[in-house]
Amino acid sequence: MRRYTEHPFWQAVGILLVAYVVVVWVVPLLPGSAIVPKSVVLQYMATVLVGVLIYVSDSEERWQRFKEPITAMLVEPRLRPVRSGVLVVVPVLVGLVAYGQVQTTVAAPPNLRSIHPAPPTEITFRGKAISLTGLENPLRQHPDSLPAYLADGKRVYYQNCLPCHGDHLDGQGHFASGFNPLPANFQDNGTIAQLTESFVFWRIAKGGPGLPREGTPWNSAMPKWEDFLTEREIWSVILFLYDQTGWTPRTWEKTGTGDGGRGTGHD
Amino acid sequence: MADPLLLLQAAADTSRAYGEFPVIGARQFIWITAEVHLMFAAFVLGVPMFAVVTEAIGIFGKDERYDRLSKEFTRLLLVAYSATAIWGAMLVFGLSTLYPRFWAYLTAIFAPSMWVYAALFFIESFTLYLYYYGWDRWKKGRAKLWHWTLGILLNVWGTIVMFIANSWLTYMMSPPRDITPTTDPTTIKLWHAIANATWMPINVHRVIANVVFGGAIVGAYASYRFLAARTEEERAHYDWMGYVGNFIAMSALIVLPFAGYWLGREIYQYDQSMGITMMGGFMSWLWVIQAFLIAVLFLTGNYYLWIGMGRIPGAERFQPYTKYLLIVLVLGAIVWGTPHTMIADSKELAAMGGSHHPFLGALGVMSAKNTAVNLMILTTFLSFLLYRRANVRPVVPWARAGTLIQAGMFAVAAGVVLFYGIRGYFVEAIVRIGYSVYQVLAVLACILFVTVIDVLMARGAQSLGAIRWGKMPPRSQYALFILAVTFTWLMGLMGFARSGIRQYWHVWQVMQDTSAYAATPALGYASKMISLCVLIFLSLVAFVFWLGGLAEKSTFVATERGAQHVGH
Repeated sequence: MRRYTEHPFWQAVGILLVAYVVVVWVVPLLPGSAIVPKSVVLQYMATVLVGVLIYVSDSEERWQRFKEPITAMLVEPRLRPVRSGVLVVVPVLVGLVAYGQVQTTVAAPPNLRSIHPAPPTEITFRGKAISLTGLENPLRQHPDSLPAYLADGKRVYYQNCLPCHGDHLDGQGHFASGFNPLPANFQDNGTIAQLTESFVFWRIAKGGPGLPREGTPWNSAMPKWEDFLTEREIWSVILFLYDQTGWTPRTWEKTGTGDGGRGTGHD
Repeated sequence: MADPLLLLQAAADTSRAYGEFPVIGARQFIWITAEVHLMFAAFVLGVPMFAVVTEAIGIFGKDERYDRLSKEFTRLLLVAYSATAIWGAMLVFGLSTLYPRFWAYLTAIFAPSMWVYAALFFIESFTLYLYYYGWDRWKKGRAKLWHWTLGILLNVWGTIVMFIANSWLTYMMSPPRDITPTTDPTTIKLWHAIANATWMPINVHRVIANVVFGGAIVGAYASYRFLAARTEEERAHYDWMGYVGNFIAMSALIVLPFAGYWLGREIYQYDQSMGITMMGGFMSWLWVIQAFLIAVLFLTGNYYLWIGMGRIPGAERFQPYTKYLLIVLVLGAIVWGTPHTMIADSKELAAMGGSHHPFLGALGVMSAKNTAVNLMILTTFLSFLLYRRANVRPVVPWARAGTLIQAGMFAVAAGVVLFYGIRGYFVEAIVRIGYSVYQVLAVLACILFVTVIDVLMARGAQSLGAIRWGKMPPRSQYALFILAVTFTWLMGLMGFARSGIRQYWHVWQVMQDTSAYAATPALGYASKMISLCVLIFLSLVAFVFWLGGLAEKSTFVATERGAQHVGH
C-alpha cells in the first residue's frame, strides 16, 4: 500500500479522485449547499489537474518516477493485457464524452445570462424623467414616517409580489416552479444585497420587458410594475424588502463634487 | 441623453460615413490591425525598458553579460519597429477609408497631437538606430553613459508616443461631460480632450503592462533560443536570459492588478452603467476567463522557479516546501475562478434555487477573490525568496532573527488579508471596497520590508555553489512560452472588455456607431477574433525571433574574418 501512496503517479491519481469526490459528492452534502453545476466541476477539475501536473513535474526525480508506470504500461511485454485494455478504454471514454456533448436532449441548454445588467442613466416613469445615478430612496428622508411606509410596502408586497417571490422573500412563491429563470431570491447575498435602491427601483418599474438585451428580457416574466403601482408604492416595497431581509442597500460613493456621487457598483 | 438627438445624429449620417472591407468586413479589419499594432507597440515599448535596465546593470554592476543581453534585445527591436509602423499605417488607412466620418471627428479634435505623434515616432526611430548601431562605438567610459542616455531617451519618446495615442482612445471611452452630440469638435480644446477621466489610469496601467509584456517576450525568445541551442554555453546564456525575463515579468505583474483596479474605479466614477456592463453585465464573463488566465500565469511562473531550483546547489533544502505553496496557489485559483453567476442547466438551476450556488456562491464575491489573489501574490513572492536564497547561507549574526522576522511579516500580511477578506462578508459594499486597499497595502508592505531584510542579510553570505545555468529540462522552457502566450491573450481579451463597454458608441454618448457593425459582438465570437489576433502576432514574432538568429549567424561568420563578434 505504501508503495502506492508514496509513488507520484498514484498520488496524482488519488488527488484527482479525491478532488472529484469532494466537488461532486461532498460539497452538495454540506449544510445549505446544492449540487455543483457541471461547468464548475469541469473548471475545478481542470485547475486541480494543472496543479497535479505541476506537482509531478517540478522536480526531475519526481517526474521520472511519475513516468515509470506509464512507460512500463506502454512497453513491457508482461503488461500487454493492461496496455490493450487502456488502448480500448481511453478511446471509448473519449467517444462517450464526445457523444454526451453533442447528444440532443430535451433540457434547455445552459444559459449565460447577465443577472445584473447595467442600468440606464435615466428612465421615464409614467412620462416623468428620473435620473438613476446617485438616486437614493426618497422615503428615507422622512424617518418619522418609515413605519407607515413599511406597512404600505408590506401591503404592496403581499398583494403583488408574494405569488412568485414567496412568503420568505426567498423566490419560492407558489408560482415559482413555473418559471425559468426562477424569481429572485431576496434573501440571497447576490441579489438586493449587492444593489443600490435605484437599481431595484428600475427593475421593479420596468420589469422583464425593460431589461436590456444582455439581460435577455424574453427570459423574465416580471411585469412592468409602473403600469400598476405608483412611484411611492414602489419605493415603499423596496423599503420593505431591505427591512425584512436585513440587507443594507448599496450606497453611492461620494465624489466630493457635490453631485451626490457617481456610483460605484462593484463589490 | 434624449432620444431625438440620437435620431438627428442618425439622420445626419450619410452613406459616406462608413466604408466596407472585402471578405472580412470593416470592423474585423480595424479589429485585427488595431490589436496587432497594439501588441507590437507593447513589444517595442516594453523591450526598451528591459534593455535600458539591463544595460544599466551591466554598466554599474560591471557585468558584461547584461550588456550583451541588452544589445541582443535591441536588435530584435529594429524589426519589431517596422512591424509596429506597418500595422499602425494599416490601422490609419483603415480608419480613414472605412470609418471616415468618425476619423474626421477625431482629427478635428486631435490633429495637433497627431502631428506631434508622427514627429516623435520619427525621432524615436532615429534614437533607436543610434542606440543599436552605436553600441560598439560607444562602449567604454563616458561614451557608454552617453549611449545609455540614448536608451533612456528611447523610452521617454516611446512613453510620450503611447500617452498621446492613449488620449485618443480614452477620449472615445470617457469624453469630458460637457461635450455632447451637438458640440462642434473644432471647438473642443485639445488638452481638455486629452486629460479625460481614464487617460492617466490607462497610461499607468499600460506602462506597467508593457514591462510585464517585454519581460514575457524576452522569456519566450530566450526559451526559443535555449531549445534550439547547440552548445552548453549557448544553453547557459539563454537559460539565464529566460530567468531574467521571467523575473521582470512576474515582478511587474505583481503591481499590475493595482493599476487595473484604479482604472476600473475611474470607469465606475465616470459612468456607472459602463462600469456595471464591464464587471457585472455581459462582459463579466471575461473576468472569469481573466481570473483563470492570471491563475495560469501565477502557476506557470512559480512552476518555472521550482524547476529552476533543480539547477541550484542548496535548493534541495527548500524543495519539500514547494508543494505547500502549490496547494495555496491551486486553492487560490479555484476561489478566484469561481463565478458568482454560474452557467447551469435548468435542472441544476432548480437545485441551486437560482444561478447563485448557495454554498460556493460565497466564493464568487470580491471579498473572496481579493483574498485569494493577495495570498497568491504573497505565495509567489515567497517562491522568489526561496529561489533567491537557494544557494546562499547568510552569515550575518542576526540571520536567524532576520528570518524569523521575515516569517512574522508573511504571517501578519496573510493574517491581514484573511481578516479583511472574512470581515468583508459582514459589512456593506461601500466599506468592503475600502478593505481591498488594506489587503493590498499589507501585501506590498510585506514585499518591501522582507526584501530589504533579505538584501541586508545576503551581505557576505556563504555560497553553496554556482547556479548551473543551462541545466534545465525543456519543459521549463515551454512554461516560458505559456507565459508569453497567456500575456498576449490577456491583452487582447481585456482590451476588448475596455473597448467593448462603449457598445454602440464611437465616442461614449457623444457619437453613435450607426454602421452595420454597431452591435457589440458576442463573447464567443470576440474570443475567436482575439485568438486570431494573438496567432497573427505570435507568428510574426516567431519570424522576428528567427530573423534574430539569422543576423547572429551572419555576425558569427564575420567573426571568423576578424570582425568584431557581437551577441553571443
